Amino acid sequence: MVNKLKIEQKQLSLLEKLCNAVAVSGNEGEVRRIVIEELKDFADEITVDAMGNVLVRHHAKNGTVDPLKVMLDAHMDEVGFMIAAEEEEGIYTFEVVGGIDPRQLPGKLVLVGKDHTPGVIGTKPIHLLEEKEEDSPIAQNTLRIDLGPAGKAKPGDYGSFATRFLRSGNNLFSKAIDDRIGVATLIELVKNAPENIELLASFSVQEEIGLRGARVAAYTFAPDLAIAVDSTPAFDLPREDGNENAVYNCRLGGGPAIYLADAGTLSDPRLIQFLCKTAEQNSIIYQFRQPGGGGTNAGWIHRSRAGVPSVSISVPGRYAHTAVLLSRLEDWENALNLVYFTLRGITREILETPRG
Amino acid sequence: MKELIQKLVAVPGPSGYEGKIRDFIKSEIESHVSSVKVDALGNLIAIKGEKKANGLTIMLSAHMDEVGVIVTHVDKHGFVRFSQIGGLNPINCMAAHVVFLNGTRGIVNCDRREDLTKVPAITDLFIDVGASSPEDCPVKIGEMGYFDQPFLALGNRVVSKALDDRLGCAILIELIKNIGETPHELICVFSSQEEVGIRGVTAAAYSSDPDLGIAIDVTAVGDTPGAKMEVGLGKGPAIKVRDEGMLSDPRVVAMMRACAEKNKIAYQLEILRGGTTDARAIQVTRAGVPAGCVSIPTRYIHSPSEMADLGDINDSLKLLQELLRNPIELK
Repeated sequence: MVNKLKIEQKQLSLLEKLCNAVAVSGNEGEVRRIVIEELKDFADEITVDAMGNVLVRHHAKNGTVDPLKVMLDAHMDEVGFMIAAEEEEGIYTFEVVGGIDPRQLPGKLVLVGKDHTPGVIGTKPIHLLEEKEEDSPIAQNTLRIDLGPAGKAKPGDYGSFATRFLRSGNNLFSKAIDDRIGVATLIELVKNAPENIELLASFSVQEEIGLRGARVAAYTFAPDLAIAVDSTPAFDLPREDGNENAVYNCRLGGGPAIYLADAGTLSDPRLIQFLCKTAEQNSIIYQFRQPGGGGTNAGWIHRSRAGVPSVSISVPGRYAHTAVLLSRLEDWENALNLVYFTLRGITREILETPRG
Repeated sequence: MKELIQKLVAVPGPSGYEGKIRDFIKSEIESHVSSVKVDALGNLIAIKGEKKANGLTIMLSAHMDEVGVIVTHVDKHGFVRFSQIGGLNPINCMAAHVVFLNGTRGIVNCDRREDLTKVPAITDLFIDVGASSPEDCPVKIGEMGYFDQPFLALGNRVVSKALDDRLGCAILIELIKNIGETPHELICVFSSQEEVGIRGVTAAAYSSDPDLGIAIDVTAVGDTPGAKMEVGLGKGPAIKVRDEGMLSDPRVVAMMRACAEKNKIAYQLEILRGGTTDARAIQVTRAGVPAGCVSIPTRYIHSPSEMADLGDINDSLKLLQELLRNPIELK
């Protein structure tokens, strides 16, 4: 009997470090350095490719011949901002990088540039609001980042939400759990890599702006199958009209969310079944993410070269792509173990029967 | 041809779950091809003929998958909420019969409409399978389903669900059986997951690495009330010039037109505003491939009752056959 992996202080500290790093799409250096530092003593090979993906290889051991090549992917980037122009001393126009609801922006503390200069996305205070403004949405192009007169930002500088990681009991709060929780999961899995497979871990860039990094990472790895590990929204709240909430995507505390179909991928049914079987055999609770829109890096990975059987697993998180996303420690631990036992149990056999 | 079409449309194959239709097609073509395999995404890939000195490696693609539904939630009264697999028009879904891959049957209806002038969205629709709670509901989240509607022959026209693209499959099967001598190596791909974004063919095009690519698929028409498009039923195969995702290689268009004219096959030129076909993915694979598409004019696409003309279907086969029996020079 193999013991389950545990999320303890060491893993939480690493997640905290990863979450507090600033790594908006296209500017993933801070997370990249942490990943390399964490894995340099565990990986057989670490390379950084042309786009900035960290490609980690952990070979099969004990003379395994022609091992199954399994790609795991987690994206390093988070949604954020880019400074567009300085309007007045310390007042900047900005663009949003990745999908953020403009209503989430006003009043948020942000960190800008390499030095993490604090600033605020300012908005008109309630004292001065005109009546007609109270009901109207706030457009992103009316908002500014205010760094104060000492601010020295330049066009192209990146910014992120400034929220610091917080753990409270079972609750994990952070700006960047999407997808540092996947990054932290992959780091644990490389550190605890099984000996029967060739483990190919891609810590990818630019997911939030269109799965761009994983596309080239999958081409380089040319794996036999792939699992994307990500964060997916949970909107499991009661509806205000009292009716049944039928559009919740997934639920906090329900365990890792296994993808069936999203806007980019129809998960390989053989892999879905294997994940479910593995979860049941190891008493790991899991749930299915509701089929629908959205997607993960699997959307590009599965179409790479001559095709790659792929599936995604996400840790549920409430309030995705805002200043604070809320996940649960137990969901993370269950997600980690689901992938861990899947890697230990998987063989080429599952690909021998044709898909679907 | 009509009998083959009738058999093909009766076999289920919503995108990503093409196993049954793939097995059926495989059994039809197995004895007529030199090799047949299933790839990582579920494409069925068969090789017909050998490349002679004056021949090319040509990829032909017809997709096996059909539009469908996938269960997203079963509510406390047993009503099944669903999401679309491929593009569905809610109007065409209303009151349709649905069959799930586990055999469960149901009918589509929608939330009470407060405003009768407003068209319901897919999210307003549900499938009633006769259940009264999630516990006694025979389908669960993730179950795939497809339209169920009996095949109809109306004179020279055929009506069914999934004519898109079992018509292409039927033509490709008949082509494999009847082509006879050809100077080309024909890589015949019955592709998966076209309806969700030409996904299967993307992988198949990469592995096939052809000199030329031709898709066989349906196209929309402008010969129904209010519709605006040049193509109509009964006027011959449509040679695609452009669609939303591809400009056909002009040399391929010219070659198809010349072949049709030489063999006195009536044809139409297709300029399609929305949608695309497998040919797009072939065109942009690797370093690029000359590509085009022979389209079968079809009414009411993605509804449970699509309609096409048998003359167009037979002439599409004839056009492809004449094209592929002879050496091809792109100019």
